[in-house]
Amino acid sequence: MFMVSKFLILVGLLFVLSPSSAKDEFQPLGQKAQHLSNSPQWNLSISATGEGLPKGQGNAIQGAKIFANQCAACHGPQGIGASAEPLIGEVGSLTSEYPEKTVNSYWPYATSLFDYIRRAMPIDAPFSLSADEVYSLCAYILSSDGTIKEGLELNEETLPQVKMPNRDGFIAIYPDTLE
Amino acid sequence: MSAKIIEGRRQFLHKTGLGVALTGLTSSISLPVLASSEKLNLANSLPEWMTVPGGEFKNYGQPSPHEQRVIRWISANSAAPGNGVSWTPLHDLQGTITPNGLHYERHHNGVPQIDPAQHLLLIDGLVKQSLSFDMKSLLRYPMESRTCFIECGGNSNSGWRTNPTQTQAGYAHGLVSNAEWTGIPVKLLLQEAGIDPNAKWVIAEGADGAALNISIPLEKLLDDALLAIYQNGERLRPENGYPLRLVLPGWEGILNVKWLRQLRLTDTPLMSRDETAQYTELQADGKARQFTFMMEAKSLITSPSLGMMLPDNPGIYQISGLAWSGRGKIIRVEISADGGDSWVDAELQGPILAKAFTRFNLPWQWQGDYAILQSRATDETGYVQPSREALIENRGKHGFFHYNAIVSWEITEQGDINHVYGF
Repeated sequence: MFMVSKFLILVGLLFVLSPSSAKDEFQPLGQKAQHLSNSPQWNLSISATGEGLPKGQGNAIQGAKIFANQCAACHGPQGIGASAEPLIGEVGSLTSEYPEKTVNSYWPYATSLFDYIRRAMPIDAPFSLSADEVYSLCAYILSSDGTIKEGLELNEETLPQVKMPNRDGFIAIYPDTLE
Repeated sequence: MSAKIIEGRRQFLHKTGLGVALTGLTSSISLPVLASSEKLNLANSLPEWMTVPGGEFKNYGQPSPHEQRVIRWISANSAAPGNGVSWTPLHDLQGTITPNGLHYERHHNGVPQIDPAQHLLLIDGLVKQSLSFDMKSLLRYPMESRTCFIECGGNSNSGWRTNPTQTQAGYAHGLVSNAEWTGIPVKLLLQEAGIDPNAKWVIAEGADGAALNISIPLEKLLDDALLAIYQNGERLRPENGYPLRLVLPGWEGILNVKWLRQLRLTDTPLMSRDETAQYTELQADGKARQFTFMMEAKSLITSPSLGMMLPDNPGIYQISGLAWSGRGKIIRVEISADGGDSWVDAELQGPILAKAFTRFNLPWQWQGDYAILQSRATDETGYVQPSREALIENRGKHGFFHYNAIVSWEITEQGDINHVYGF
C-alpha cells in the first residue's frame, strides 16, 4: 500500500513537470475581493466623467484660505513662480516663446485636479485634506483665471462639468505606437 | 556582416588619421638574476595586500572603496526631497546591466517602506471577479525574466535647452537603466480574474506617498508586461518598487508603476495628472502629444565623453556606448568623428536583446585634430535616431519629454571633451 501511494505521487510530479504543460500548471491563488473593490481605500481614482468623486462642496473664498496655509509655501502666494509647479496664470501662453503649463493653461480635465490634490497634496501630508477642502482648492485655482465663476460651488455634480480652456489641446499618439 | 564591420573599422582608423602601421611591438625581456648570497626580502618588495591576510567575509558585498565616486547623481526639489530623480552614472559603467544600487530613480514623493506581509495587489474593474493577491501567493506563480531597459520620459531633457549643458553623459542621459527583471506575466493574473470584453485600459496605482496612478492599454499588459518581484536576481530594491512593480518593456518609465497595489480594468483612460499635465509633449502649435508610450531608438557614446580627456596624442581610443529602442532590437550603430559628415558602423556586442541596452564599440585613432564624436542608432523597424535639428523641427522646442536626438562630444586639440550642438 505504501509503495503504491508513493508511485502515484511520482506519476503526479512527472505530469506537472513535463515541459508542454509546465507553463499552464499553476494554482490560482487570487482571493475574492469584492469587499475591497467596494471600499473607499481602493477607489481613489476619479475618472474624467467624475466617477469616484466623493460627496462634498467648496468655493473659491474658502479655497483661498486653504491655499495660503497649505499650498503657497511651495507654489507661491499667486500659485506661480515658486519651487513647485505653476498652477495659476499664463492662460494662452502655450504657443509663446515661454509657455507655462499651469492648471488653467494646460490641464484638460478638472477632475484630475481633484484626483491629484487628494492623493498627493500637500506633499508632506497626502490624504490629509477633507473632500470639502479639496473642492475648495479646486474652486480657488480654477476661478483665479476665470475658468469658473468666482462664486461657483464645486461638488461631485459641478466639478466634472467644468470646461477647461485647453480641453482640446491633446493629440493621442497611442495606438499608433504599438507594434 | 562581420567583414563589413572590419572593413569599416579599418577605414575609420585610417580616415581619422592612422598614419603609422601597427606592427607588433616586440622587445626582449630579461629575467633578473640574483647572486646566490643576495637575499631578496619579498615581503618588503611585494604589494602590501599580498603580505597580510585579507578582509573578512561580508553578508552583503559592497563596491571597492576606490570606486566610491561611482554614484547616482541626485537632483531633487529642496522643498520636497522625495520629489526628484537620481541619474545612473552611465559614463562610469561597462557592459549592459545596471547594478541595482545604481539603477536610476524617479520618485514623486519618496521611497515608501512597505511591509511585504501587509502588501496586497487588487485586480478589479471590468473583470468577472475582483481578486486580491498577497506576496506569499504571488511568489508561487510561474515566473519569467525579461532583460530590458526602463527609461524615464524626461530623460535627456536638458537637450531641449538653447545651450548645451556641460554635464557628464550619465548625469544628462542616465534616467535609463537596464536590468533583468523576474516576475509573473501580468496576463496570468488578469486572466485568472476574467477579462471583460469591454476592458481596453488598466488604471495602475502605486502604494507610495503620491499614490501614483496612470492608465495603461490592456493590450500591452496582455503582451509582454511583467509583475516584477526580482531585479537582477535579488528582490526589488525599495527605490525600484519593492515588493512589486510593473515592468513594461520598451515603454515610458512612468508606466512601469512601482509599489503596485491595484490594476483596475476600464473602457477609457482615466486622464490622471501624469497622463495629461505631465508626460505629454507640448508642440510649437500649442497642441500636446499624449499617450506617447514608446521610447524610440537612442544611443550615446559613454566613453570617451565629457569629464574624461584623451591623454595620448596621437593615441588609439576605444569608443564605447549604449544603444536601445523600445520597438525592438538595435541592428546598427554608426559612429562619426567629423560631426556627421561621414559614418562608420560600430561593432555591436552580443547578445543583442529586444528593448534592452546594446553595447557598441569601435577603436579610434586620434591624431590630435579637432573632432566631433557622435553615435546614431537604427532599430529593427528601420527607425533611425534623429539629429537634434530634425527632432526640434518635428516637435518644437518645448516638448520636454522624449528627447532622443544624437549626442555630440567635441574633442579639442588638447584632448578635452565638451558637449556641443549644431552638427
